Amino acid sequence: MVDVPFDTVAGIPPAEVGEVELYHPRSWWTRYVFSQDAKVIAVQYSITAMSIGMVALVLSWLMRLQLGFPGTFSFIDANQYLQFITMHGMIMVIYLLTALFLGGFGNYLIPLMVGARDMVFPYVNMLSYWVYLLAVLVLAATFFVPGGPTGAGWTLYPPQAILSGTPGQDWGIIFMLASLILFIIGFTMGGLNYVVTVLQARTRGLTLMRLPLTVWGIFTATVMALLAFPALFVASVMLLLDRLLGTSFFMPTLVEMGQLTKYGGGSPILFQHLFWFFGHPEVYIVALPAFGIISDLISVHARKNIFGYRMMVWAIVAIGALSFVVWAHHMYVSGMHPYFGFFFATTTLIIAIPTAIKVYNWVLTLWRGDIHLTVPMLFALAFIITFVNGGLTGLFLGNVVVDVPLSDTMFVVAHFHMVMGIAPIMAVFGGIYHWYPKVTGRMLNEVLGRFHFWVSFLGAYAIFFPMHYLGLLGMPRRYHDIGETVFVPASAHDLNAFMSVAALIVGFAQLVFLFNVIWSLFKGKEAGGNPWGAASLEWQTPETPPGHGNWGKELPIVYRWAYDYSVPGAIRDFVPQNEPPAALSAQGAHP
Amino acid sequence: MSAILLFMAGIAAIAGWWLSQQRLTAKPWLEEGVMVDLREEGTASLPPAKIGLGVFLAVVGSLFALFISAYSMRMNMVDWRTLPVPALLWFNTAVLVLSSVALQGAHMAARRSDVDGVIVGLCVGGASAVIFLIGQLLAWRELSVAGYFLASNPANSFFYLITAVHGLHLMGGLVALGRTTAKVWHGAAVTELRLSVELCAIYWHFLLLVWLVLLGLLTGWTDNFVDICRQLLT
Repeated sequence: MVDVPFDTVAGIPPAEVGEVELYHPRSWWTRYVFSQDAKVIAVQYSITAMSIGMVALVLSWLMRLQLGFPGTFSFIDANQYLQFITMHGMIMVIYLLTALFLGGFGNYLIPLMVGARDMVFPYVNMLSYWVYLLAVLVLAATFFVPGGPTGAGWTLYPPQAILSGTPGQDWGIIFMLASLILFIIGFTMGGLNYVVTVLQARTRGLTLMRLPLTVWGIFTATVMALLAFPALFVASVMLLLDRLLGTSFFMPTLVEMGQLTKYGGGSPILFQHLFWFFGHPEVYIVALPAFGIISDLISVHARKNIFGYRMMVWAIVAIGALSFVVWAHHMYVSGMHPYFGFFFATTTLIIAIPTAIKVYNWVLTLWRGDIHLTVPMLFALAFIITFVNGGLTGLFLGNVVVDVPLSDTMFVVAHFHMVMGIAPIMAVFGGIYHWYPKVTGRMLNEVLGRFHFWVSFLGAYAIFFPMHYLGLLGMPRRYHDIGETVFVPASAHDLNAFMSVAALIVGFAQLVFLFNVIWSLFKGKEAGGNPWGAASLEWQTPETPPGHGNWGKELPIVYRWAYDYSVPGAIRDFVPQNEPPAALSAQGAHP
Repeated sequence: MSAILLFMAGIAAIAGWWLSQQRLTAKPWLEEGVMVDLREEGTASLPPAKIGLGVFLAVVGSLFALFISAYSMRMNMVDWRTLPVPALLWFNTAVLVLSSVALQGAHMAARRSDVDGVIVGLCVGGASAVIFLIGQLLAWRELSVAGYFLASNPANSFFYLITAVHGLHLMGGLVALGRTTAKVWHGAAVTELRLSVELCAIYWHFLLLVWLVLLGLLTGWTDNFVDICRQLLT
């Protein structure tokens, strides 16, 4: 393509970006409830995701209570324990993290960061949220159906997922699958918007290589999700048919309660392939937006341009592509051909390369930066540490020979909570502390924020560090009560109790965060338009919070990338993306 | 999983080609000023709706590729009994081809600003799509009368499932087609309709292509091909 740096003498042509026909709300209902404004939809997504996330948090408390003090809480029986595990995992991975990163952050940040007035298909965007809400409601309804929610584990492996003996076999599993199908339909509507908006609605001058890494992360994750979620869709539909109509897609011939079932010949491994073809990209669907957000937070709060921007972009794209060829590393113990294990171990280890590049670049961005230890920065640093931690244990589990003895132990639980539980949540919190002033016009309370950070960060390590050790001892996961077991020493039980207390404390710290979010909405310090001195476009809106249509009469024109911090010779320590070059502004060619 | 991997390789090739046009080797930290980017040079004429449809087709393609993957894995199990494909399917296929051709005609008429041509094309296309769907239902009936029920064999299950998913996508297309036809009916200018008609035509061609692939799969024509793919991977 031809790339024409603009002629600095002749002045600037007006922004000739195709005008989006804006939708204008006519009533309170269409302004705040059935709104087609991406910013309102983003807030709706976030509130819904966090509400259902609170349910999952409470479930994790209940699980920890049982594990830490087995036998003390008579209201938690083995069935319920399995149901709590299942719902906790499913909610956290799909209904909280995926929805929050793409539906929440994506909706709010994409149009603002690319200098657009709104998403390109606002109506479809609105539908996306309402279908998502319906999916959440169907999911929540499983707690109230006869038999309760399914207890099949978040992977929903057949045959046990639909056989009697698994809790929630009557209704829970049906509602669960229906909810997943709805979620995927809703997500596809939203995802089309995010992708096409990034492709077509970027403002003048904003080339792909000038996009903030947050947009790159969300964009790539959305593309991956659009291609990977169909696998979960196919698996869910087929499992639903097995359960409801007695087909045998996945169900082998088996005897249930002494009776030969109507099923026969199906392949449970087929389900695992489909599930993990979605399941592994899902890890990066959650991680890539976090990578992007962290890159931006670090750059802004260290007042330094991101180190190796190009590498960062390439790494995001490479991770996205590679994540589609590693799925079977979740299936080392499922009875695959050993050569498959070799292949998937190799691809898994290759992913470590682009990921490591990202970590090095974050560290090099911090190197000799003017680091401000603001709350968002603290969360960003915590993300890097936690992600490295979880990534290193990933190297253990990615190797077949090491994975086999560690499979189904607490080591696996500790690994994936570090890498895709704690780490992305740190990015979520960092992102919320960072962009809250833009969304509401007020700062979140700093003291409460620091309290929230230190308790969450240290507490999360208090929970999950010892869990690695329990896993190495051989403590299995998914067990309601480990009982008297030869290889588990008494000290392990004490450790479990300690972790449970830590989990309760971390959970309560999140209530402090919720209080902070609500309190600051009314009483927080006025933020002004750009409290952090950030260069990217979303901070340059004429109003804060951004009004309908985001920008005033004219769309901004972009003259530079999003990371011009501490530029030698510049007046301020940041240069906004839409500030004309010095030569131009001297001529008064642009206001 | 070979079908989906092939599909993903295709998507990756397209994405790679597109990315290679995007100056990914630029050094944005050195470049100041307004850059005229690719959209303004070449693809500015591509409306967002068309790109949106393209992305959506990739999603639908991935869905069907996954169904095909599942199909080809499941059909290797011992209990698989291929079901006789009703002759009606050939008639249905011809009708679907007609539908696609009619919409292509509507698209071309819209380019010539020929309103009557657009109306004829849309109506014939829509009607034949409905006939196709009815034909599929009749084929189902024929099979169930002959004793091939949904749950009696995995081959049957896949037949019903895959045709149903394809039919549902066509029904979704009919909604869009209906809205476009309604717009013509209410006298919207042809220039406004060009895009809608074109998008309908693209979607129809895509669903026809998917149907032909599925038909090959269901009638067993692609068995050999699937075998080759499997041998490549194992």
